[in-house]
Amino acid sequence: MRGRRLPALPAPAAAILRAVLLALLAFAIFGPLLNLMLWAFAERWYFPSKLPMEYGLTYWYRVFQPRGNALASLGTSVWIALLTVVFSLAVAVPAGFALARLKLPWRGGILLLFLLPQAVPNLPVYVNIAQVFYQIGLNGTILGVVLVHASHGLVLAVWIASAAFASIDVSLEEASRNLGASPWTCFRTVTLPLAIPGLIASAIFVFLESLDEFTGTYFVGVPDVTTLPLLMFNATMGGNYQISSITALLLLIPSIAFMLVVERFLKADVLAMVGR
Amino acid sequence: MNRRGIALALIAPALLVVALFFIAPLIMSAVQAFHGKDGGFTLEHFAKSFDFYGKDLLFTLAIVILSTLLIGIVAIAIAGYLTLGANARAVAILRWLYRWPLFIPFVVAGQVMRTFLAKNGMLNHVLIGSGLIEPLSAQSLLDWRGIVVAFVWKQAPFVTLLLAGAMASLEPQHVEAARNLGAPRWRVLYDIVLPQVRGTLLVGLVLSFVTMLSVLSVPLMINPNSPTMVTVDVAYRISTHGDYGVANALCLLSLGLSAIGAAFYLRHASQTSARMSP
Repeated sequence: MRGRRLPALPAPAAAILRAVLLALLAFAIFGPLLNLMLWAFAERWYFPSKLPMEYGLTYWYRVFQPRGNALASLGTSVWIALLTVVFSLAVAVPAGFALARLKLPWRGGILLLFLLPQAVPNLPVYVNIAQVFYQIGLNGTILGVVLVHASHGLVLAVWIASAAFASIDVSLEEASRNLGASPWTCFRTVTLPLAIPGLIASAIFVFLESLDEFTGTYFVGVPDVTTLPLLMFNATMGGNYQISSITALLLLIPSIAFMLVVERFLKADVLAMVGR
Repeated sequence: MNRRGIALALIAPALLVVALFFIAPLIMSAVQAFHGKDGGFTLEHFAKSFDFYGKDLLFTLAIVILSTLLIGIVAIAIAGYLTLGANARAVAILRWLYRWPLFIPFVVAGQVMRTFLAKNGMLNHVLIGSGLIEPLSAQSLLDWRGIVVAFVWKQAPFVTLLLAGAMASLEPQHVEAARNLGAPRWRVLYDIVLPQVRGTLLVGLVLSFVTMLSVLSVPLMINPNSPTMVTVDVAYRISTHGDYGVANALCLLSLGLSAIGAAFYLRHASQTSARMSP
């Protein structure tokens, strides 16, 4: 080994250093989230008070009141995300299967094309789609927003679906074909069930991406489609930190739930096949 | 239908969606950026872009490069400790801790940082409370620093996840051999582990670089006033002036910036493959 060795720290000093670094990281990660929680339950919080002067649920009632903006936006967001998942998977599952299992001309080029929406800044796309949609009356409609979300989510879905199909042992399919199953029966009873965990993972990815999407909805959704991220943004810019913090918490729940379970759906063998 | 035909038919709908709703708008952007009011070719939109927003272009590039570097450093440090760390409990805590922001959307990260980093935010209260700064010297971080903090907070876990995965799949023999020869951990990380996962690190960083370039919500919420990021200018050109020419010129320029990231990656990838082949 080149270089001078640093003298090793004595054990107690190393333990203290480790604890301090971990505590700093914990503060960096949870501090902002804790701040958000405080705002969500603060009734009154003015300068220079360090903590909210009064806690309460007034703003929660306001957010969750029947026919309130927030519940409507939540409904819109979930509805758009579900439609986006259905649309994306309907086109991505056949495409993923073809990429993984069939002889495809220009396969490399096609894979590259499906990488593009993740690898190119999306702003020019949203700006110009909004322009076209405005002319054909799709701006401010659910369908318009779903199309924009799907064109982005689709790409992830194709990659994960293709990896899920590629990670299946071909000999299982061959066995069912040898026993006389038709290609369709083989796909339906052998291939598809084995690919389901990967497909569920891609569905969750697409759902979350649609639920959290801001820029595309900002350009294409105006003025009639207000999703939860847009509602949160408007509340923040309007200085209503309680409403925006509660909305942000609503958006955090699915994100954090997914973070905690992601590895159960995306197994290492599927991850290893992404992009092959 | 032959087999090739079936394959193409299966993939055609997905290709069509990408072509219609992604490729076509991109081409439109390139066309409109050079399209003058009289219908002819013009560079006027670019001249205007540099004139009005030249400073913002530099500001954007500086913020995104700085954030990418910081993300790289944080990811290497965390993934490195997860792979080489001796204290099993600290590794377990770190593994549980680092990825909380992983799937948190940018718009939420922006909102969270807007309150956390404000002059009267929690960060300043903690710094004052612990005696690290005087109450009077507390300042708002809601400028370029706030954008960088939000970007690193949100993107570093993603790169760390990729990097830690790549490090975990390395052959352990090299690391063990170096440790047996008495190499300190940071040397093992720098000399043995990092060179083998350089490709993964670069992919993660380039993807982050490109993503951050087109984030609108974070700069809009943290630092909407000049100098700001190009995305804010694009939104402003459209919503206030309906000026798609300059907006598209700015978009094309930010595509150019992201090409810098891609070129950097390609150069590095080709060097690596040249070194690998005999």
